[in-house]
Amino acid sequence: MSAASNAPEVKNLADLFAVAYQIEADAVDRYNLLADQMETHNNLELVAVFRDLSRAEAIHRDEIRRLAGNVDVVAHARRMAKWSRGESPEEASLADAHYLMTPWHALQLALAGEQRALAFFKSIVETTNDAEIKKAADELVEEEAEHVNLVHRLLRKYPRPADTWSSDPDPPISQE
Amino acid sequence: MLAPTKEARMRHRQSVSVAIVGSGGAGALTAGNFLLEAASAAGWQGLISRTVGPQIRGGEAAALVRLSTRAVECMPERFDILIGLDWANAHRFGAEIEIGPESLVISDPRGGEPPPVVATAGARVVEIPMKDMAKAIPEGRPNMIALGIAGHLVGLGADTWLALLEKRLADKGADAVEASWAAIEAGYHAAMSCDAGGESRTGLGRNLATPKRSAARRWLISGNEAAALGAIRGGVRFAAAYPITPATELLEWLAPNLAKVGGALLQAEDELAAINMTIGASFGGAPALTATSGPGLSLMIEALGLATAAEIPVVVIDVMRGGPSTGIPTKSEQADLNIAIYGCHGDAPHLVVAPQSIGDCLFTTQWATYLAETLQSPAIVLSDQFMGQARASIERPADVTFIGQRLQATDTGEAYMRYAIAAGGVSPMALPGMPGRQYTADGLTHTVHGTPTSNERDHNMQLDKRRDKLTQFNYGDHWATHQGDGDIAVVTWGSLTGTAREAIGRAANDGVEATLLALRLLYPAQPERLVAALDGKKRILVVEQSHGAQFYRYLRAYYDLPGEVRVLNRAGPLPIRAAEIHRAIMEWR
Amino acid sequence: MSVVDMRLARKPADYKSDIKPVWCPGCGDYHVLLSFTRAFAELGVPPENIVVVSGIGCSSRIPAYTNCYGFHGVHGRSLALAAGLKVMRPELKVVVASGDGDGYSIGGNHFLHACRRNIDMTYVVMDNHIYGMTKGQPSPTTEPEFDTALSPGGTGLRPFHPLVIALASGANFVARCFSGEPNETASILVEAINHPGFSFIEILSPCVTFRPDEREWKNLVHPASVATTNDPAKAARRLMTDDGFNTGILYRGERKPYQPPVGRPQVDVSELERDFEL
Repeated sequence: MSAASNAPEVKNLADLFAVAYQIEADAVDRYNLLADQMETHNNLELVAVFRDLSRAEAIHRDEIRRLAGNVDVVAHARRMAKWSRGESPEEASLADAHYLMTPWHALQLALAGEQRALAFFKSIVETTNDAEIKKAADELVEEEAEHVNLVHRLLRKYPRPADTWSSDPDPPISQE
Repeated sequence: MLAPTKEARMRHRQSVSVAIVGSGGAGALTAGNFLLEAASAAGWQGLISRTVGPQIRGGEAAALVRLSTRAVECMPERFDILIGLDWANAHRFGAEIEIGPESLVISDPRGGEPPPVVATAGARVVEIPMKDMAKAIPEGRPNMIALGIAGHLVGLGADTWLALLEKRLADKGADAVEASWAAIEAGYHAAMSCDAGGESRTGLGRNLATPKRSAARRWLISGNEAAALGAIRGGVRFAAAYPITPATELLEWLAPNLAKVGGALLQAEDELAAINMTIGASFGGAPALTATSGPGLSLMIEALGLATAAEIPVVVIDVMRGGPSTGIPTKSEQADLNIAIYGCHGDAPHLVVAPQSIGDCLFTTQWATYLAETLQSPAIVLSDQFMGQARASIERPADVTFIGQRLQATDTGEAYMRYAIAAGGVSPMALPGMPGRQYTADGLTHTVHGTPTSNERDHNMQLDKRRDKLTQFNYGDHWATHQGDGDIAVVTWGSLTGTAREAIGRAANDGVEATLLALRLLYPAQPERLVAALDGKKRILVVEQSHGAQFYRYLRAYYDLPGEVRVLNRAGPLPIRAAEIHRAIMEWR
Repeated sequence: MSVVDMRLARKPADYKSDIKPVWCPGCGDYHVLLSFTRAFAELGVPPENIVVVSGIGCSSRIPAYTNCYGFHGVHGRSLALAAGLKVMRPELKVVVASGDGDGYSIGGNHFLHACRRNIDMTYVVMDNHIYGMTKGQPSPTTEPEFDTALSPGGTGLRPFHPLVIALASGANFVARCFSGEPNETASILVEAINHPGFSFIEILSPCVTFRPDEREWKNLVHPASVATTNDPAKAARRLMTDDGFNTGILYRGERKPYQPPVGRPQVDVSELERDFEL
């Protein structure tokens, strides 16, 4: 089954670049949002991790913008439909965030995001009849595969934490 | 008080009072209203209040009418004329409708025995068969016979009636006008034929002196209507309504009239909704009001704290009734002073004002709207059942220029701070729709931007701001009514102002000068002004209708009262009479 | 610029304030905030013409996180406050945000009457089946067996059915969403805001702190398999028999919204005193 049933429809090269651009742009925003959450909840290690991830995605985003050449991907992306169900592939799951999460958890989110993006571009390669789109999507698949590998490499530095990672000796605080 | 001389009795009176009682659809209240309206049209002034049993229909009811050549602000101690259409349960009114040996009682022989108080008082009783007379007239009603009798007794020309009947019975048709007119005429004839003695002591007549002025520029209005009109004049364009006695008529008057001036009234599901609707409308920029009575005010208190904290102007009229709890819904009391000033949790200063008469309900509510809008604060208007539901013929109140002017944010300039610390404490308020000025109004303690905080400095800055804007404002002479210069001062508030004024007038006739100080602005207190007003007074008589002497305790909390202080206080439902205040003044010399 | 271009000129970020939410990481309400800003951008209404009104609770913190006008009022009364606002400022878009405690318990009566009154506004309840702000007490939608400090062993009480109640009370638009589907939620929000009358959206929004079991919701929700109906009887039958996890617009009614004609005076204020002249 095509991974793209909930995805914006890619009819031409501009669409593809716009979607690719938006995926990276969404990832930038999402990591910043998570960094903000961690800031509010005083998990400073994770603030740094999410800001780094956000910076990395910003580099990817700008790279795609460059690749797109004459296509104004920013304007084009805004005109395109959104992901009808689920979110943009590289938007790390907000629901899986936790105030005591560790870098390992953050990288798991990142890994899942890169894998979703990889699957998405692969599905385009597999389903498109347009040679130009196929060629560009192939490059994006390669790119995403490299990102997946990068996250795997990073994960070597951060082993899975002990099961007690989320234990908090203090009770929740009653507000309002 | 000295007994009037025979000569004085012979002269036409400056004031006559008539009570009409009846039950089970007798129409006593309608007769009373017609009497006041006809007398007012003829140039007299007067006041009608009512007292009723607990039934919604068919209960015993009494219309209490006082007519005079001058303005009337309170009921008399004793009624000159008591007309009983019937006497079912009339003993319940004994304490409220006092009569004496000078009183005249008209009784229907088929209406049962007059209550024992009639015999005890030694009043003269004249029997007129009102029911039978009415039966003789097609569609005739005994209350219209009673009206004719009353008309004759107070000296109201029979020609005053037709115009009134045509106006009031227009929707009932020509036959109803005809029947009523015939019944009124029959009443006149019956009273005249009994009235052999004319104006002598043995005669029935309690005639009023000729009025000095015509009825032009006079109004016939209730306190509830006057408050509602004052609110609209002050700029109110939205009201939220939840029915409650004795405030309902105020809201019912507003419903069609707000619509006429481009506003709207929403009926709320409860008082919690009513006050929040009011806050919402005001947040959107519409000066807004709700009206209620004690139980409703209790429910509104939390949101009044919100309006105080978020600095949203709202006007809440509390038409006070007997409390606590459901209390006595149809009777007046002044016992909501504490909840009005102190009801909110936390330090939540807000405006509290009280009208002093039916006519003043208009001024004070208009002023309250102006103050609320100017100071971005809730304003509670403490009216009461007596003023709210009584109707009086009054001189048309003077036009005043108090129209709500909210300090609004402009869409130019630097970053907007909704709760900026400004001189005078009032900071410009943005309204939705204004670009670049978006903020979130919040009941949480907030910064100058409106952002929630629990910081000690922000908390104190905003508490200071909200206090200062109220205390630093110049309320002018309207803070109180200050009359006379005797070294005994009657200090009072609300609807007792008129009663105290009458008592002070009587004391002056007796050669004793007393000062009247009636507070219109109850919060924020005005200690410097009060000190100046009471400078040199030796005796302070505090008069209030509260069992717990709430007003006295309020005065002691905020003011250093000079000299000796006495308190004349009583719970409702029996009104404090001018004679009681007069007696307290005369006995304290 | 054409209308379409104007709309495209607005970005979700234009509707976000710079105040950082205090919600726990993992909370569904973060997603709801994204849905709000995405929906507002799609509507293209300038932020100053939108008012977000709320009561008390985690969900009710949302107004200040938007760049719209906001009102964070007292517990349970947001619908009443919004009614007064909308009636006097009909040109504004009014969105009311609430939670299952604020909206269904302390604000339950206002919910009924707001549905009945059918003023043109959108009511969003972020339902997590628990009181979060006060550390996890049962709400009207908490399952009967759910154990809390305040209800040891569970309440034993049947949960409230907000959608059926909304329908029975006269809501003109009834939808269920899942916070974890912010784009679907945003598009339903756009439809709700554009639909005349009182629109009610229940958003299942997990509480990760007091209801970690609700992380499972993402595996339970599914789009409704039937088309939206305008027949309240049909909608009621479906709502009473569904599994509580189907999302989408479940009822779209055709009642005329309540809006008195404000701002058009027929007489001058001085005319009103005629009533009292003798």
